Amino acid sequence: MSEKGMKLNLKIWRQKSSKDKGGFVDYKVENISPNMSFLEMLDVLNEKIILEGGEPIAFDNDCREGICGMCGLYINGRPHGPQSGTTTCQLHMRSFRDGELITIEPWRCGAFPIVKDLIVDRSALDKIIMAGGFISVSTGAAPEANTIPVPRDDSGNSMDAAQCIGCGACIAACPNASAMLFTAAKISHLGLLPQGQPERKKRALSMVKAMDDAGFGGCTNHGECEAACPKNVSTKFIARMNRDYISAGLTEEPEKE
Amino acid sequence: MKIDSRLPSGPIETAWDRTKFEMKLVNPSNRGKRTIIIVGTGLAGASAAASLGELGYNVLSFCYQDSPRRAHSIAAQGGINAAKNYRNDGDSIFRLFYDTVKGGDFRAREANVYRLAQLSNNIIDQCTAQGVPFAREYDGLLDTRSFGGAQVSRTFYSRGQTGQQLLLGAYSALMRQVKAGTVRIFSRTEMLDLVIVNGVARGIVVRNMITGKIFSVAGDAVILCTGGYANTFYLSTNAKGSNGSACWRAYKRGAGFANPCYTQIHPTCIPVTGEHQSKLTLMSESLRNDGRIWVPKKKGDRRPANEIPEEDRDYYLERKYPTFGNLVPRDVASRNAKQVCDEGRGVGESGLGVNLDFRDSIKRFGVQLIKERYGNLFEMYEKITAEDGYKVPMRIYPAAHYVMGGLWVDYHLMSSIPGLFVGGEANFSDHGANRLGASALMQGLCDGYFVLPATVPHYLSTSSLPNISDDSKEFKEAVGEAESRIKRLMNINGKRTADSFHRELGKLLWNYCGMARNEAGLKKALEAIPALREEFWQNVKVPGDSEDLNQSLEKVNRVADFMEVAELIVNDALERKESCGAHFREESRTEEGEAKRDDANFSHAAVWEFAGDNKKPIRNIEPLSFQYVKPQQRSYK
Ligand SMILES: Cc1cc2nc3c(=O)[nH]c(=O)nc-3n(C[C@H](O)[C@H](O)[C@H](O)COP(=O)(O)OP(=O)(O)OC[C@H]3O[C@@H](n4cnc5c(N)ncnc54)[C@H](O)[C@@H]3O)c2cc1C
Ligand code: FES
Repeated sequence: MSEKGMKLNLKIWRQKSSKDKGGFVDYKVENISPNMSFLEMLDVLNEKIILEGGEPIAFDNDCREGICGMCGLYINGRPHGPQSGTTTCQLHMRSFRDGELITIEPWRCGAFPIVKDLIVDRSALDKIIMAGGFISVSTGAAPEANTIPVPRDDSGNSMDAAQCIGCGACIAACPNASAMLFTAAKISHLGLLPQGQPERKKRALSMVKAMDDAGFGGCTNHGECEAACPKNVSTKFIARMNRDYISAGLTEEPEKE
Repeated sequence: MKIDSRLPSGPIETAWDRTKFEMKLVNPSNRGKRTIIIVGTGLAGASAAASLGELGYNVLSFCYQDSPRRAHSIAAQGGINAAKNYRNDGDSIFRLFYDTVKGGDFRAREANVYRLAQLSNNIIDQCTAQGVPFAREYDGLLDTRSFGGAQVSRTFYSRGQTGQQLLLGAYSALMRQVKAGTVRIFSRTEMLDLVIVNGVARGIVVRNMITGKIFSVAGDAVILCTGGYANTFYLSTNAKGSNGSACWRAYKRGAGFANPCYTQIHPTCIPVTGEHQSKLTLMSESLRNDGRIWVPKKKGDRRPANEIPEEDRDYYLERKYPTFGNLVPRDVASRNAKQVCDEGRGVGESGLGVNLDFRDSIKRFGVQLIKERYGNLFEMYEKITAEDGYKVPMRIYPAAHYVMGGLWVDYHLMSSIPGLFVGGEANFSDHGANRLGASALMQGLCDGYFVLPATVPHYLSTSSLPNISDDSKEFKEAVGEAESRIKRLMNINGKRTADSFHRELGKLLWNYCGMARNEAGLKKALEAIPALREEFWQNVKVPGDSEDLNQSLEKVNRVADFMEVAELIVNDALERKESCGAHFREESRTEEGEAKRDDANFSHAAVWEFAGDNKKPIRNIEPLSFQYVKPQQRSYK
């Protein structure tokens, strides 16, 4: 690496709108400090593009600390890039070599249409949650919190599932574009708690149905989702969801529209 | 401007219950005919929208992210306070109230703070019932920890992701209402202006961020829960998109803006590494429970931290504040860090950093326990800095984090414009001049779950609100104004980017109106900011098209407002000639160098009123009175 920082060659997906065909465009950046985050590297590129009279590359981001789930780029063929357990915004340029060619694409999945450049429409995820990703307790109706003890392990397991940030990396990584890990994480988060029991079966049925309706694929146990998940949400929750789903199917009627 | 805080009289313990009883209700069959516009889906906005939806109102909910679940509240790490006293360590509603009033340096309203402390317990009940996975003890009951200067253990938490879990709880309640048909979500939709008809708030102007289409939405009341304006400093711990625009436009339409100079600088953030820096990352201050803060005793001591022997280290907080030590409130911790760095004793490449050292705690409790408590924070630190906090001290430095200032609201959380309510960080709220750790989440949820769902219906049932449509004159005019502003920005076609202006503005504010302020510096800022703003309007460059997804345009539009917000912050800082809480005027300190209030002249909230572009805004005041907590010089010795 020269004193002035890294030089990189970038191949970035550009697409004007959902109707446009889109394609790769090559860029070069210089002077990249290894301490920069990946998105800061893109900021540097965008500033340059703007000053040269071009249109900057659109990419989603907000918190830039790995928790809002807004960012998400397909980097060198991997959702969120080479480092495991890391969102795109937490990835730093020290993970790349000087002179490296980096390919940057949006999530690719039928249920996530491209909006512009690297931005996709993930509203299908909201629809899955809407179908049943909640406990029906209205404001004011809650009992004193400590009347419902929760075994520490259950609560910890529930939290492991609840950590999902809804970024969609699991879906982008899956050859079938399945949203099983995302859906299972919510079903398990709630199903592992005593508060979540009354609606447990109904929840599994309606959320899985919403997932299918949104056009996500089925799960064939590739395990790519877990590997891509920046929060390391485990595929064990998918097995758990399947159990809930099957036992619910035996006893519950799916919810009518 | 008429400032009527509508504070309840009589004993504070029953004030909220009495107010609630006196409020008028809306007949359930009429609720669906009432439209409530809520901007923001953070803790305040999502909980308000869900709760008002449950009551049967027709709720329209807006946010700029692609999903309501991504609001900036998601980033809160440390925890949420409540006066449950599960530990029997002497906590009570009164103590939480007392701590908050004192921590805010006696610049908040007692009645509001008392209500907040009371409702804190209902929040924990509500969130637990929703399935928020709070940390638990071995017996299955809720765990708490002590946090940010509190001497009792009243902070509930979900690992290092409390904000995330609380927000996901509120978001799921919100989505349940979307399913029930009471709430409609408009994501990627940014509010550009407020519409006022016959003196009351009746709607908003928004921009669809995908198509660029600007349109208006009419309703019976508008609630802003749009978060804080700490990003005026450019570098802050807030999300990149956090902005002050919604509140600013409301201010320009006549809403009072209170105490803009109360900006909180958080002591434990990862230091800046270079010009490319786009935001600063907070390290939860729970780290101060086990980490010891120090710098070398000698100026310019560049030895690696681990090679500096005990006798050459200055644990300055422990030395100066033996009672509170490393747990002094944020403003005190931040100012002291700045001071030792100004003395040339800062650490790290830039010299703008202090050590946060876990060596002694690891020795005492073992690395495993420290890992259990803070594992994810150490990981985050290592991701950003490539350093292992278990082996070498972390380096931290203060950063802009939170704003106690915001739109002025009365006890009902209504602004000075009837029908415009403000919740969460966006209002000037209950934290006075300094917010205690883990109290923002509490306030956001208190406003959203409990206060607004009581006060907004009262407003609806006691006001005459004729039917209105968004093609009336006022709406058309407001849309026209928003369109021409966008056009104007697009047509400047200058040579500098929005970011470059924003960065320059941030530096001005940080240098002259940051952790320490003085008259000469503030006056300098008051010359520099308008000049920069002028240049901005001549020389900013916005690429692309306005009828398209255009992130540069979004930015420029927000920076244009930050330019004005910054000036109001400085004006307020200049007029408040005392030190209080986070607002430290170098001219006003005690013999020991601590912030010195001037109660005789400044025991009030400053409520700024817009007087027209390029005119000095008017400073109104709301006097504060204290009946339950007697103002005293804060001391953490
Ligand atoms: C890193 C970090 C850690 C923190 N940790 C803690 C903690 O441990 N404990 C604690 O109590 N507090 C903490 N805080 C403070 C606390 O998180 C915030 O004060 C609080 O979450 C703010 O919530 P809110 O609902 O007011 O607004 P936000 O959560 O900021 O939400 C703002 C909403 O408004 C929308 N919005 C904004 N502008 C517009 C517009 N013009 N048009 C449309 N929509 C708009 C956004 O889309 C978003 O939905 C932390 C803050 C930060 C930055
Ligand atoms: S920007 Fe929030 S997770 Fe990356």
